[in-house]
Amino acid sequence: MNAGIPLSYFLILAAVMFFTGIYGFLNRRNLITILMSVELILNSVNINFLALNRYLFPHKLEGFFFSLFIITVAAAEAAVAIALIINIYRRFTTINVEDVNIMKY
Amino acid sequence: MTDFNYTLWIFLIPFLVFILLGLAGHRLKARISGLLGTAALGVVTVLSYITAYFYYFRTAGINDVFRKITVFDSTWLHFTDTLEIKMGILLDPISVMMLIVISTVSLMVHIYSLGYMKGEKGFERYYSFLSLFAFSMMGLVVATNIFQMYIFWELVGISSYLLIGFYYQKPEAVRASKKAFIVTRFADLGFLIGILLLSFNTRTFDFSVLTDPQGTAIAHSSGISFLGLSVTTWSMILVYLGGVGKSAMFPFHIWLPDAMEGPTPVSALIHAATMVVAGVYLVARMFPVYFFAAPAALEIVAWIGAFSSLFAAIIACTQTDIKRVLAYSTISQIGYMMLALGVSGYGGHDGLGFMASMFHLFTHAMFKALLFLCAGAIIHAVHSNFMTDMGGLRKYLPLTHLTFLIACLAISGIPPFSGFFSKDEILAAAFHHNKVLFFIEYAVAGITAFYMFRLYFTVFRGEDRHYHTVPHEAPPTMTIPLIILATAAAFSGFIPFSKLVTSDGKAFQTHIEWGIAIPSVLIATTGIGTAYVMYVRNPSLPGRIISIFKHSYKLALNKFYIDEMYLFITKKIIFRYISEPVAWFDRHIVDRTMNALAIVTQVVSFRIREFQSGQLQKYAFFFISGTILLALTLIYLLH
Repeated sequence: MNAGIPLSYFLILAAVMFFTGIYGFLNRRNLITILMSVELILNSVNINFLALNRYLFPHKLEGFFFSLFIITVAAAEAAVAIALIINIYRRFTTINVEDVNIMKY
Repeated sequence: MTDFNYTLWIFLIPFLVFILLGLAGHRLKARISGLLGTAALGVVTVLSYITAYFYYFRTAGINDVFRKITVFDSTWLHFTDTLEIKMGILLDPISVMMLIVISTVSLMVHIYSLGYMKGEKGFERYYSFLSLFAFSMMGLVVATNIFQMYIFWELVGISSYLLIGFYYQKPEAVRASKKAFIVTRFADLGFLIGILLLSFNTRTFDFSVLTDPQGTAIAHSSGISFLGLSVTTWSMILVYLGGVGKSAMFPFHIWLPDAMEGPTPVSALIHAATMVVAGVYLVARMFPVYFFAAPAALEIVAWIGAFSSLFAAIIACTQTDIKRVLAYSTISQIGYMMLALGVSGYGGHDGLGFMASMFHLFTHAMFKALLFLCAGAIIHAVHSNFMTDMGGLRKYLPLTHLTFLIACLAISGIPPFSGFFSKDEILAAAFHHNKVLFFIEYAVAGITAFYMFRLYFTVFRGEDRHYHTVPHEAPPTMTIPLIILATAAAFSGFIPFSKLVTSDGKAFQTHIEWGIAIPSVLIATTGIGTAYVMYVRNPSLPGRIISIFKHSYKLALNKFYIDEMYLFITKKIIFRYISEPVAWFDRHIVDRTMNALAIVTQVVSFRIREFQSGQLQKYAFFFISGTILLALTLIYLLH
């Protein structure tokens, strides 16, 4: 363990990925890009789980199993998101998120 | 059958008919609803007569005293152990007598209205209101406690309002109904305060307890005093104010002449025979309290009665609308009844005034209803209310003529008609109490004869006028009640009232005091003779007398300007200085505050709504920043 990569490196990596994902979610106009940012966020969380499991609880496996769940759910959610985007395109002929704002006051 | 439980139906049947005709009347044919109302009231009349027969002739108790029988008395509202409002039926000589009067006159009016109101729009509504009135009035007279009487008092006021304003498209009728209701409601304020004062001091609402001469209610009365009169006196005066309003005594008489805007049968029923005597009935009901605990109030009753009868009699001499003459005549005769109560004693022969008042109530109901129904027949024939449009109707309306003549003779107090007996007893009672009151009423008897026969001679005698359509006699539905009431007016003087209705339930013997009867017949004949001379023999005489007494005539013709005074006080003083500032305050301050609250809410909401912009990324931004803030708070500040 001592010669291994310190835990904090993994956590910082995960944090950077997380905030990159958030930046992308909030500042990009293309819906597909926003979807990609959401995937980034999910993956960062996954890295967090795996690293903490490996370094803090080496003889347990719950973290790994939860990561599997996260991957599955992310896949399902991406499918739903794509379906949504296709329907939005059919309605608005654009996938610019700023043009999809009719549910307002 | 001394079990009187069936009396409950006497006042429940009209209530059910009111609801039925009120809700479903327009679905029935008009004739059916009229017949239904009349039939129901026929049943009620039969029940009242049965009650009276059994009460007067089968339940005389020990020593021939008529005692009060409480048929039932159930608690309606229970507030605390000492404060309960009950509803029940109390049978006692005056209430049973009133049941007869009300049901008989109501039945006559119902039958009469089948003919008079035929073809009117709202025929079912009319009958449902008449049933409501019958229900309310019966409930009033059989009330066991003063609060129940007050409830039915107000109900009677409502029925009167609805019926006076029956022709609601006529603005005068609407104005008259409002005036009647507001004036009587204002008087009822006094009544309510009187009830509260009285019941607070005596701890009861119940009549049997309040009016028991040996009871505690009367004995506890003269405790505290205020401005020289005891609390009981003040409360009885206030209670009497309610009676003044409902019975149209001065100064609350202004509504009754205007109430003639209603249909004529309504005037006969409500404003002549039944509702307006509610005030007299109230004083009679509370008579032991008045006599033993508040004799000063009784003096006031007598003087207001006497003054009103004189006042109204003078005005009646100048009026030209038949119904207005009869309305003022009603005020005058009710003044007689109030006077008789005011001069009465209690117990046996001393209670002569009480008995005379009730007797006059009975006979007056009969002949006044008859007078109004005849007036209705005349108006129906001639299509006008004014005496100036009538004359020589004797040959066109023979039956109406005969019954009207009988009624006029009765009201003038000519023997052997009923009015003579009742008026004679009143004058005798007044003579033995206070000579001034006696002279006032004696003069009024003469004036009464004069104006009634002025009415009779101008309508039925005198020269023939040219009528557009030949006046025809009324149909049988209208003339049969006239005949029945004329029989009652002629012969009810022979009913031995002093054996049946007295102040304490004990019978006593009355005899005609010739020292009073003969002068009263003389002054009545003088009145009739004067009217004959002025209106038949020498028709220019009235004109000459008017030009001599121009100012007095003008005063009397304009009803002594009392209406104008009321209008002045309400419009120029109350409206301008009290109502308008209050209205201003309500509109500008209270309403504007509410509006301001609403406007502020609206402005704030316009600003806030921009949060819902429809932009996904803005929502996500708030979400994420909120989460981060929460996380930081939990990590750093709660450690």
